[in-house]
Amino acid sequence: MKAFLMHRDRDFDLEQPLPPNAEALEQDLELGTILDAMARGDDFLREVARRTLLTGLADADAIRYRQDVLADCLEHPALARRLYEVAIEGILTKRQARFFWYRDSPDALLAKSRGMLRLLADVLVTLRTVADEHAADVRSEGLTELFARFQRELDDAYLRRIDRHLDALRFRRGTLVSAGLGRANRGSDYVLRAPRERGLLERISPGGPPSYSFAIADRDEHGLESLAELRGRGIASLASALAQSTDHILGFFGMLRSELAFYVGCLNLHEDLAARGASTCFPEPRPPEELELRARALYDVPLVFHLDSPVVGNEVDAAGKRLVLVTGANQGGKSTFLRSVGVAQLMSQAGMFAGAASLRTSLSSGVFTHYKREEDASMTHGKLDEELARMSELADLIRPGAVLLCNESFASTNEREGSEIARQVVRALVESGVRIVFVTHLFDLADGFHRERGEEALFLRAERQTDGTRTFRVVPGAPLPTSHGGDSFRRVFGLGPASADAAACIRLAGADPRR
Amino acid sequence: MIRSVEAMTRTDLEPHLTSVRAPAPDGAGFRSILFGAGDVDLADVREPDVFRDLNLDQVVGAIVGQDEYDLRPFFHAPLRDVDAITYRQEVFHDLETDDVRAAVHAFAEQARRVRQHLTLVETQHYRYETERWFLDAAEIYCDAVVALRDALNGLELGSRGLRSLSAFLVDYTRSEGFASLRADARLVLEGLARVRYTLRIRGGRVTVSRYEGEVDYGVEVEETFARFRRGVVDEHRLLLPDSGTMDHVEARIAERVARLFPEEFRALDEFCARHVGFLDARIARFEREIQFYLASLEYVEGLGKSGLAFCYPAVSTRAKEVDVEGGFDVALATALSGDRGALVANDVRLHGPERVLVVTGPNQGGKTTYARMVGQLHYQAALGLPVAARRARLFVPDRIFTHFEREEDISTLRGKLDDELLRVREILEHATGDSLIILNEIFASTTLADSLLLGTEVLDRLLALGCPAVCVTFVDELASLGEETVSMVATVAPDDPSERTFRIVRRPADGRAYALAIAAKYGLSYERLRSRVGR
Repeated sequence: MKAFLMHRDRDFDLEQPLPPNAEALEQDLELGTILDAMARGDDFLREVARRTLLTGLADADAIRYRQDVLADCLEHPALARRLYEVAIEGILTKRQARFFWYRDSPDALLAKSRGMLRLLADVLVTLRTVADEHAADVRSEGLTELFARFQRELDDAYLRRIDRHLDALRFRRGTLVSAGLGRANRGSDYVLRAPRERGLLERISPGGPPSYSFAIADRDEHGLESLAELRGRGIASLASALAQSTDHILGFFGMLRSELAFYVGCLNLHEDLAARGASTCFPEPRPPEELELRARALYDVPLVFHLDSPVVGNEVDAAGKRLVLVTGANQGGKSTFLRSVGVAQLMSQAGMFAGAASLRTSLSSGVFTHYKREEDASMTHGKLDEELARMSELADLIRPGAVLLCNESFASTNEREGSEIARQVVRALVESGVRIVFVTHLFDLADGFHRERGEEALFLRAERQTDGTRTFRVVPGAPLPTSHGGDSFRRVFGLGPASADAAACIRLAGADPRR
Repeated sequence: MIRSVEAMTRTDLEPHLTSVRAPAPDGAGFRSILFGAGDVDLADVREPDVFRDLNLDQVVGAIVGQDEYDLRPFFHAPLRDVDAITYRQEVFHDLETDDVRAAVHAFAEQARRVRQHLTLVETQHYRYETERWFLDAAEIYCDAVVALRDALNGLELGSRGLRSLSAFLVDYTRSEGFASLRADARLVLEGLARVRYTLRIRGGRVTVSRYEGEVDYGVEVEETFARFRRGVVDEHRLLLPDSGTMDHVEARIAERVARLFPEEFRALDEFCARHVGFLDARIARFEREIQFYLASLEYVEGLGKSGLAFCYPAVSTRAKEVDVEGGFDVALATALSGDRGALVANDVRLHGPERVLVVTGPNQGGKTTYARMVGQLHYQAALGLPVAARRARLFVPDRIFTHFEREEDISTLRGKLDDELLRVREILEHATGDSLIILNEIFASTTLADSLLLGTEVLDRLLALGCPAVCVTFVDELASLGEETVSMVATVAPDDPSERTFRIVRRPADGRAYALAIAAKYGLSYERLRSRVGR
C-alpha cells in the first residue's frame, strides 16, 4: 500500500540527506518563519516541511505533480486535514496498546496484536470511507490514484476478510495444531492449522477418520499449564507474524502521515498569507537553459509575518540574464528583494505556491547564499578572510545551473579591493553557468559591469522618490555613485524639505527646526 | 609435542627398552586401551599411601576434575610390566596427532550423549518417551562407532592399542548384530518421522487425529496483511521454555498417537525388545578408559604451554639405573600455575652401584621438593604417563614407600620419634630390592648424636636392601657412607647465602651453617644484635 503523494513513483524519504548549506539557507532566507507558520506547533510537520523546502525537485514534471495535489488540497482543505487526522489516528492506536497486559507468552502477544489490529482495522475503514466520499472531488493524479488504491485494496471483501480473521483468532472453537514426533517422541514442528471445511454430508455421516480425545481435570493445574504451553508452541509463529503485521500497518500510517504533512503545512501557510492579504500563485517551472525569471508582485514571504501593513511586491524581468545587480539606498528593500527571490526559488522547486501574483522561473541545481554575517558588524581586519573562506566553501558545492544570492559580499574591505575580488568571482561563476543576484554598495563593481556588459545583466535600484522617501521597491536603474547620504545630511542639518523624520532627527540633535 | 623419539626408538645395547613394533593385531584381540590384552581387577584399588606425601593426590585431582568417568582407580593402579607401560606410551603418542585426537574427542562427545540418553531411559517412566530415548541412543551409538571406525581407518596409527581398536571396529561394524541394530534403527526412525498428527485443543479437552492436510493458518493470516509490508520490522521472536522431557499431558497425547499409527509404534516396541543391551562392553570400556589419556594429555599440555618439558621415559624393571634431565615437581608446577620463572628443574642420576641419594643443605632449599619429584617421576612412569622431565630413564619399582616429616608439625612432638621408628621399621620390613624408598627429614626432632646414630642404622639397612632410595637429612655425615650413596646438596647463591637457588647438585655435603647466614641477613647475628640492643 503506497501513498505516492510527494513523488509519482516513490515514497517520501525522511532520511534523504540535506544539502550541506542547509543551515545557511535557513538562516539567511529566514525559513524559520515560514516553517513555523506551516507547522502551527506540529514538530513532525515542521520537519517534513523543512526537508521538502531544502531538497527541491529537479524536473518540471515532478513539480507539476506536486502542484496538482496541492491545488486539490487548496480546493478541499477540510479533506486534506481529515486525511492527515486519520493517519495520526492510526499511529495513536499504538498508545492504546499499553493497556494490553503483555507477558512474554504467545497467547499474550497474540491477544495484544489482535487488539491492535481491531483498532487499526477501524481506522482503515475510515480511510476507505473518506475515499468513497471524495474520490469524485479530486483531480490531481496523486490524490486520484490514492483514493482509487484505497477503494481497491480496502474493498468490502478485504475488510470482511480482516473481520473474519480477527474473529477466528479468538479461537472460540478451539485451536487446531499439527505436529510431528521429535526428541523423546514429544511433539515438534507445531503448525497452526485452519480446520478443514467439512461438507454437510461429511458432518452428518457417522464414522469418519478416527480420533481419540481426553480431558484434563479442572484441578489439574500442572496439566492445564502444560496444555497451555503446547498450545503456545502451536500459535507462537502466528503470534509473531501477527505482531509483525501490526507493525507494518502502523508503519503504513506513519508513511501516510509523512506524505500528507507537507500539504497540510502548505494549507496552513496559505491561510495565514490570505488572512494578511497576501496573494499566491503556482509558479511555472521552466528548463534551466531558458534562464527564465519573471515575476509580478513578488514579495518576501517571511516579511509578511513581521509587518502589520501589507508587504511591497516587485515586478521583475530577468529573463535571459545570468547576473542581476541591485544597488541603492540603505533600508531600501534590497535585502528583502534578494530574500524574496531565494524564497520563491525554493518554494517553486518544492512544488509549492510562491509569494507573487505570477511567477515563471527556471529550475536551478541549488540555491546558495553568501550573506554578511550579523556578527561581522565590526568589519575588522580578518573578516575578509572569513568571507573569502565561506565563498570558497560554496565554490566546492556550486554546480552549473545554481542560483547564488550575494548580500553585500566583500564589503569588509575598501571599495576598490572589494570590487576587484567580486568582479573576478562574479565573472568566473557566471561564465560557469551560475546565476547571481548581487546586492551591493560597491559602485566600482556595479558600474564596471554596467559599462562593459550592460546588456548581459539586469541592474536594479532601490526606488527613491524625488523628495527622498523610499518605496521599498526595487526598480530597473543604473547604479549611482551615491547612496543618497546627501538626503540624510540635509535632513539632519535642516537644509532640506521638512518631514516628520527630519524633525525628529533635528530634535534629537538638539537643534531647533524653526530656526 | 612431547619428546619421545629418542626414548622410544633406541635399539642399542640398552637392555631395558622395549619398543619393537608388533605386527598389526587382529580385531578379536582388542580388550582394553589401557591394559592391552591383560585384564585387571580394580575393585579393591584404593588411593596408595604415598599419594599424600608425594602430592600426587593434588595432581590426580587436577587431572580428573569432576571425574565424570571415574578415572581415579586407574591412577591408583601403577603398572609393573614394561610392555604394558610402553603400550600406554604408544597410545599417548598417537593421540598427540591432531587428527587422531579429534576423532577420539568426537567419539567421546557422542558416547556421552548415548549415556545421557540411556540414563533418561532409566529415569523417565513414560513408555513411548523411554523407548524413543533408547532408539535415539542406538542411532547415535551406531553413527559414533562408524565415524570412529572410518576416521581411524584413514589415519597412520603407531600404537598397538589404537591399531587393535581400529581392527576391532572394522570387525564389529561388520557383525550381524551391529548391522541389524543400525538398519533397524534407521527404519524405525524413518517410520516415526513420517508421523504427523493434529491436536484440537478446546479448554481442557484434547482431540488427537491424523493430519489430513489442513492448511497452514499462519500463512493465510500473513497473506492477508502482506499488502502493508514495507521494510524491516522487529521479529517479535518468543522464547519458549522447555524442560526437555515428556510430561503427563504429552504422554496421554503420545498414547493416542500410537493408536493412530499402530504400525510405526509397534516397530518401535519391537526394536526396543530386540536390541536390549546393544552397547558393546568393549566399546563402553574404551569410552571410559580413553578419557585417562585425554585428561592426562590435557593436563600435560596445559603445563607445556608455560614451557615445561615432558617426555616419555625409557623404563626397566631390572636395571636400577636412573637418569633424569630437567625434572620438576609437577604438583608444584600446577600450584605455581604457569609461572615458569619460579620453577627450577633438576637432574637425577644413579649409575652403576649407586643406590641412595642423600640430600642435604639449607632449610627451604628445595630438598623436599626434590625428593617428591623423584617419587612422582617414578609413579608417573609406572602409569605409562609422560613424565615431568626433559629426558628420563627410570626404573619400575614393585612398590614405592615414603616417609615425610611435616616440618612445621610441632604439636605431635611427644612420642614422635617412636612413631617414626615404627614406620621406618615397617618400610624396611616390606620393601624389597626392587622397591623405591623416599625418606624425608627423618629423626629431625631428636639430638644430633641420636640422629646420626639412627640415621646410620637405617641407611645401612637400606643399603643392604639394595633398592634405590632418596634420603633427605640434615646429618651431613650420612652422605658419605659408601660407594652406594650419592651426596646431593641444595645450593645457595654464591654472593648471598640466604638466597636459595633450588638447584640440587651432586656435591659433597659441606656442613655450612646456613641458618646463621639467614640470621645475619636480618641483623640478628650476635654482634649485630648486641650493638642494636646494647647501645
